[in-house]
Amino acid sequence: MAAKKLNMRKRYELLTRGIGWETSYQKMDDVFPYDTFEGIKITDWDKWEDPFRLTMDAYWKFQAEKEKKLYAIIDSFAQNNGQTNLADASYLSAIKLFITGVTPLEYAAHHGFAHLGRHFRGEGARVACQMQAIDELRHAQTQIHTISHYNKHFTGLHDPFYQSDRVWYLSVPKSFGEDALSAGPFEFITSISFAFEYVLTNLLFVPFMSGAAYNGDMATTTFGFSAQSDESRHMTLGLEIIKFMLEQHEDNLPIIQGWIDKHFWRAYRVLALVSAMQDYMLTNTPMSWKEAWDIYFVENGGALFEDLGRYGLKMPKHHELATAEAEHLSHQVWSVFCALGNATGFHTFEPSDEKMDWLSEKYPNTFDKYYRPRFEHWKKQKEDGTFEYLASLPQLCQVCQIPMIFTEVKTDPMQLSFRNTKFKGDNYHFCSDGCKDIFENEPEKYVQAWLPVHQIFQGNCGGATIPEVLKWYKFEPEDGGDYFDSQDFRRWQEWHGKDEPAKTGSDN
Amino acid sequence: MTTKKKNTAFLIVQDNEDARPIIEAVEQDNPGVNIQYEPGMVRMERAASLIVKRETVEVLKGCEWDVQELHLVLISLAGNVDEDDEKFELSWG
Ligand SMILES: [Fe+2]
Ligand SMILES: [Fe+2]
Ligand SMILES: [Zn+2]
Repeated sequence: MAAKKLNMRKRYELLTRGIGWETSYQKMDDVFPYDTFEGIKITDWDKWEDPFRLTMDAYWKFQAEKEKKLYAIIDSFAQNNGQTNLADASYLSAIKLFITGVTPLEYAAHHGFAHLGRHFRGEGARVACQMQAIDELRHAQTQIHTISHYNKHFTGLHDPFYQSDRVWYLSVPKSFGEDALSAGPFEFITSISFAFEYVLTNLLFVPFMSGAAYNGDMATTTFGFSAQSDESRHMTLGLEIIKFMLEQHEDNLPIIQGWIDKHFWRAYRVLALVSAMQDYMLTNTPMSWKEAWDIYFVENGGALFEDLGRYGLKMPKHHELATAEAEHLSHQVWSVFCALGNATGFHTFEPSDEKMDWLSEKYPNTFDKYYRPRFEHWKKQKEDGTFEYLASLPQLCQVCQIPMIFTEVKTDPMQLSFRNTKFKGDNYHFCSDGCKDIFENEPEKYVQAWLPVHQIFQGNCGGATIPEVLKWYKFEPEDGGDYFDSQDFRRWQEWHGKDEPAKTGSDN
Repeated sequence: MTTKKKNTAFLIVQDNEDARPIIEAVEQDNPGVNIQYEPGMVRMERAASLIVKRETVEVLKGCEWDVQELHLVLISLAGNVDEDDEKFELSWG
């Protein structure tokens, strides 16, 4: 008779227990130099348990299976010219923002978890971080492989990693990732696994991937869902690490609350880009940003924090402001992209009449009152040939690095929200109380921020004029600007047998 | 006695053949579960807890099924996870 198969719990214990040891000729603190300075007290690492109890061989087996399915779909998408079946080529703006804004963040997460996979003292936590490091690398790779097919047919997809290090709006996700990476291991995992992955990632992947399915983009849907299955593991890890830290010592609570307050706001500001992607870039949108926020943050996030209330943890600071902003966020962000559409690596466009009606319906309190007139005005100007892009560079928030576009949504939605503080004689500017609080807790960190607009003025970005800076960004002339004047639009019209494409005729 | 509304546990899976028996098993084993079909995905939610039982999935599938195969179709979840060889369960405390 064959030996009885070990049960899941036993298999997991064998993988993660007893593979570490108390060091003798080097001090433990020298071998693991990073896991004490943040002040988190761990008395018993053995209490750490991964709820999924995946063993390494099961992990490889399932990941291989997922990859096989994903690449089969990517292949058939390419063979069937799937790009011609999209809802519209303007949808590609979402993919362009995704590969330049999100994919480099996946790679940064890989880097961070590889570090934690070496530097946590507990073996169970190390194993979980090692698996996640591999997952995040896989996410970056599969996104590049999937989207490379679009790169054969559309503009703006050619240099995502190079651009991530330079472009004004890409510094938003990049600076968030680097904020986490430059912190200690416990803060990093609280930031990425909990604040970003558990609390907010559903807002990025679920509506966006469902949106891809809704717009005929089966390739993106598939990589998104394939990554999400790893993400469920990451979210669970995020919740587990928080509970573990809170159970280990009561002194950990205020430190963790501070990190959650900070990284919730940082990650939420990154998602401002996603809100515009969801409401404006997707041709057909299955769910508005506001609806997604209500389900995934207000309802599910509320349930989560209620559950964590037994440890004394509270909802992240300024969460009410984020909820109040939900009716304004996507409109404000898309407006700034449209106003600076000559300096983006994707195409901008005013919403179609149909889309405007959809926006009115989804945002009954705000769209017609504050935002529709703006888009209609620009549309009219474009028809008259009087439209001009903003000639000046925007002021950026010192913390989130988004231009100062947010408003006082609770009191006067037409009034720009503007905060500032002095540190060592210099004045620093912020978009919100959330960002100002973050700065004031660690001013020495944020005075070092690489702010794209400051860098341009200091002469570090290829020159003083917009064309020089765009060249330094490796933006090709056909990458940005209005969708209806674009090569992507003309090509789309050709594929679908429509002539006289662009409104301005020149073709160079 | 409490009259407080129970928080929702949810499980989102891909809308494909592999997930079909899992969705049906959830329907059978979770009275009151709300199942929503959205583009590309299926969202199953229920107050307080939600369970996927190996045995039910195996009957519906007509073959052996390892609880961890759930990973192949999983998109997202909410709740504390409790997984062993017999079941995968999500619950709020
Ligand atoms: Fe990822
Ligand atoms: Fe992740
Ligand atoms: Zn800010």
